Amino acid sequence: MVGASEIASAVGPGFLPWTWVIAVLPLASAALILFFGKRTPGKGPVYGIAAVGTGWVLSLVVLWHFVQGGGPLERSVAWFQVGPLHMELGELVDGLTAVMLVVVTSISLAVQVYSLGYMKGDARYTWFYVALSLFTAAMLNVVTANNLFQLLVGWEVMGLCSYLLIGHWWEEKVNSNAAIKAFITTRIGDVPFLFGIFALTFATGFTTSNIRVIAERISSGEVSTMLVAAAALLLFGGTMGKSAQFPLHVWLPDAMQGPTPVSALIHAATMVTAGVYLVGRLFDVFVHANAHVLQYVGVIGGITMLGAALLAFVQDDIKRVLAYSTISQLAYMVAGMSMGPAGRTAGFFHLFTHAFFKALLFLGAGSVIHSAHSNNMSEMGGLRKNMPVTFWTFAIGAAALAGVFPLAGFWSKDELLTVAQENGHPVLFVVLLGTALLTAFYMTRAVWMTFFGEYRGQGHPHESPVSMTGPLVALAAASAGVGFLGAPQLGAVFGKWVFYQEAEKAVFVPWVALASTAAALFGILAGYSLYKRYREPDPLRAYAGAVYGVLENKYYMDDFYMRWIIRPIQYPVAVAVNWSNQRILDGAVNGVAVVTRASAWVVNLFDQRVVDGAVNEAAEITGETGGVLRALQTGNVQWYAALLFIGVVVAAVLITRA
Amino acid sequence: MSGWEQSAITIATFLPLAGALVIAMVPREKERVVRGLGIVFTGAAFLVSIVIALGFDYGVGSKLQFELDVRWIAAINARYHVGVDGISLPLYVLTFALSFLCAIYTWRFVPSPGKTKAFLALMLLLETGMAGTFIAFDLILFFIFWEMVLVPMYFLIAIWGSANREYAAIKFFLYTVFGSVFMLLGFLGMYFRSDVAGHHSFDLLRLTNFAAAGGFSHGFQLVVFGAVGLGLAIKVPMWPFHTWLPDAHTEAPTVGSVLLAGVLLKMGTYGFIRIALPVLPYGAQKFAPWIGLLAAIAIVYAALACLAQKDLKRLIAFSSVGHMGFVMLGIATLTSIGINAAIFGMVAHGLITGMLFFLVGSVYDRYHTRQIAEIGGGMMQKLPYLGGVLAFVSIASLGLPGLAGFWGEVMALLSSFNPSHAAGLNTGLFRGFMVAGGIGTIITAGYFLWMLQRVNMGTLPERWKEAAFPDIVAVEWVSWVPLLVGIVALGIFPRLIFGVTDGAVNGLLRLFGAA
Repeated sequence: MVGASEIASAVGPGFLPWTWVIAVLPLASAALILFFGKRTPGKGPVYGIAAVGTGWVLSLVVLWHFVQGGGPLERSVAWFQVGPLHMELGELVDGLTAVMLVVVTSISLAVQVYSLGYMKGDARYTWFYVALSLFTAAMLNVVTANNLFQLLVGWEVMGLCSYLLIGHWWEEKVNSNAAIKAFITTRIGDVPFLFGIFALTFATGFTTSNIRVIAERISSGEVSTMLVAAAALLLFGGTMGKSAQFPLHVWLPDAMQGPTPVSALIHAATMVTAGVYLVGRLFDVFVHANAHVLQYVGVIGGITMLGAALLAFVQDDIKRVLAYSTISQLAYMVAGMSMGPAGRTAGFFHLFTHAFFKALLFLGAGSVIHSAHSNNMSEMGGLRKNMPVTFWTFAIGAAALAGVFPLAGFWSKDELLTVAQENGHPVLFVVLLGTALLTAFYMTRAVWMTFFGEYRGQGHPHESPVSMTGPLVALAAASAGVGFLGAPQLGAVFGKWVFYQEAEKAVFVPWVALASTAAALFGILAGYSLYKRYREPDPLRAYAGAVYGVLENKYYMDDFYMRWIIRPIQYPVAVAVNWSNQRILDGAVNGVAVVTRASAWVVNLFDQRVVDGAVNEAAEITGETGGVLRALQTGNVQWYAALLFIGVVVAAVLITRA
Repeated sequence: MSGWEQSAITIATFLPLAGALVIAMVPREKERVVRGLGIVFTGAAFLVSIVIALGFDYGVGSKLQFELDVRWIAAINARYHVGVDGISLPLYVLTFALSFLCAIYTWRFVPSPGKTKAFLALMLLLETGMAGTFIAFDLILFFIFWEMVLVPMYFLIAIWGSANREYAAIKFFLYTVFGSVFMLLGFLGMYFRSDVAGHHSFDLLRLTNFAAAGGFSHGFQLVVFGAVGLGLAIKVPMWPFHTWLPDAHTEAPTVGSVLLAGVLLKMGTYGFIRIALPVLPYGAQKFAPWIGLLAAIAIVYAALACLAQKDLKRLIAFSSVGHMGFVMLGIATLTSIGINAAIFGMVAHGLITGMLFFLVGSVYDRYHTRQIAEIGGGMMQKLPYLGGVLAFVSIASLGLPGLAGFWGEVMALLSSFNPSHAAGLNTGLFRGFMVAGGIGTIITAGYFLWMLQRVNMGTLPERWKEAAFPDIVAVEWVSWVPLLVGIVALGIFPRLIFGVTDGAVNGLLRLFGAA
């Protein structure tokens, strides 16, 4: 809990105490667009863009505070109280928050501007902006929240927006299927995540879920290692879902059914990094857990990065190439986290650079799709002539992703490799390097199939409008430039912003940089030599043989889940449960009814023949008595109930008196 | 203490009954007057309940307020003892709010075969019974209100229900009465074993104090908890006593379902908190693991059963079983967080599931079918507002954080992480229940999203293309908007409920802990 005195002393440095406004702005714009969007000139985007634009400027102001070496701030108000648990609504603003704010608002702004063109004429144009704004608010809440329950609210609302936007064109069943798959798969990770939050709240004696308090508790060693390790493993479940790590990665490629700007914003640059952010934010939990926990994180990261990169080889849909690439790159960040504090800085740096070039690549892909009216690279080709701006910006993004010097991806990958090398993670080093090579290969393939050779499609490709190319150019500039923020030669200022006091000293190891450059170049050359004259069928098919089939079938994981988990629950299990309900449980109830009615029939018989027989005789004397008694067996339930009560009362009196 | 404070809740509680009598005197032909009177009386009662809520001293939520305690039936020492505390107030206000909204809805939607006068009179009678249950602090009074609810609900289902209404109505009635018998037996046992200044007592507070002083033996508590608990469990309904519920809900007319889900079920869970826990603390401790087990089963079982439902209304009905499972799980932990969560869950379920039944009613009003396969998808194309609201409320029901459905369930799960040690509950066991509950939330998300996919999404079938379906009409908006606002408000400001209940629950547990 933040004491009143701390709050008072915290209010001070300029705008910083008001950081929460950045998150509230898009929430307000979501409401405005929902209720007034259709009546507004331009149908609503103006609110969203104004809100996130303002938020972007304010985020830069917040970041500036940390660039100047300012300290963090925490503020909160009481939210509610249940028993011992004090819930608060608050903000925790440090360098990490500031960087995340800049990333989220930058990409969100670019995507909202881009969507003016891309989504023009869409039947649910206004609603689209509602969801984008709500998403942005939720993500900003995640990165500013000072406690876990507040974070969880943002976390799940992001998931909802993801579901809504993947299924934006819900007329097609494939889209709504993808939306459901995303929601359910991430929720499978979110349940352990929730239990992880419980465990951490428990570590404070159920008094608070404040992140800083929890971190202090755990760092002080007051909490048992078992509990911390359990909490870390459970929390990581949320990361596996949200950040699409093996084996919960399966939803992300399908999520590409959503409109491309959504893929760029939510399913590449921001929401999917929330899982990585979570690990970084709660790093004390992971560091103080049993050492095997971080190893496990590293193993998951390693499997995911290689496995996903290989799947990117066999995709024809340009967005799916990028989707698998995203999974693979998220695994880079996760692997970074697993390598301790220095790895955390490197991982965040990669999150930062990746956001820009991956958003750029998706928006570039969107521009291509918009123009070629197809997602399939086999129906593209030669587009560099028709779409020069898209081509050049996409090429910059691809090179940045491939890790070409001196673009952004080079620096962040190099930092990860260096950390792996310096901190004794030889296996991860090899996997990271190998994945870098694969990345360069599949991106070269994508660029060549899309932009070089002859056009193989049916349409008349043309360059996209300025509302779309403008964001491309801006993001390309960022993709080229932001890497220098982490360059050791320039002081690696990024690390100082993010972890201002505890920043690890970034080092430059020439041979590592050479190795990563060599890997990138080798990948590019291999890709070039194979795809320089692309013709169906994909030349890789011949080389890879049976492996190609395994990759095309995504290691059969979707089939496995569908066949052995989803369908059995959906049909046999659910139907069996329903059957047991109708036949066994309800059968017993109806059985009791049948038995009761049978007994009633017997009683009635007795009543008619014996009792009523006597009555009829008596009736000769007092003619109406029979009629009175007959009222007893009218079949009226209330009457039976009343009789029952009288009996019960008599019985109770007799029993308790006895 | 002023006369107003003593009489306010009596006025609110019996205003609907007075309304029923007034409506009975209006000629049948004056349809609009009858409907208007329904709105006026439920509205007036709601207004009084709001005034009560405004006058409530939230600083001392554990204290009985607006209390009136007078002699009633001297021969058995039954008293007219009524009042509200932080536990009952949210449910009390919810009762009036939902009844009022139902009366508004009835302005336009009277189910077949009409007979508006009888319909509204029964609804008002029902309202008095439900409200009375939440203010009674005398067991006989409680029991009378409890039973008073049965008769109008029986007729609402039996007369205005759909095809299989008679079976459902009788099943509802007999099953509940069956439970009531045991409950009454339990009450009588408490009475005859109690000794308050030389007299037996039905008074809840006196019984609570008597129990806290160790007045009831352990064996007695176990037996009586079993009896009272059975009666309450059927009402909740807890698995496996729930099978009356899908039938009753499915067959009941729309407002019947709304009140059944919104309020009636809570009488059972409320009874556990109000009566069974404080008067029989030892029994509660021993039964808690079993209650937790049944609750955990209910959550998973109901969610799986929902996956198999083909009838939209039956699906919503089954979902109630799961949601009440979370409520009972919270209670079973015997912790402050758990019981607070239970009350929150009750109110949230009242708003959300009440709203869902309104929606299903309106879908049926358009399509004249409740079969998901016959609706066939694409409702968002034909009825965008109705579809949008359905999606919103479904998402609230699957427990999205930031909406009302979340806090009750998540806090119930949280409390299961660490159940009461004072009560000797096994932590590992309850964590198992927690995991089951977590799995339940995944399946719950699954069946709701699948339902939305089959009802809302896709393209509209040919057969509905030409149909003249009106989208949400004015009366529907008026009766729904308060619920929708409530769903958002409780999600963002959980203090609206927890702030009321927390003090009272802690007070209850102090009593409990002393036993």
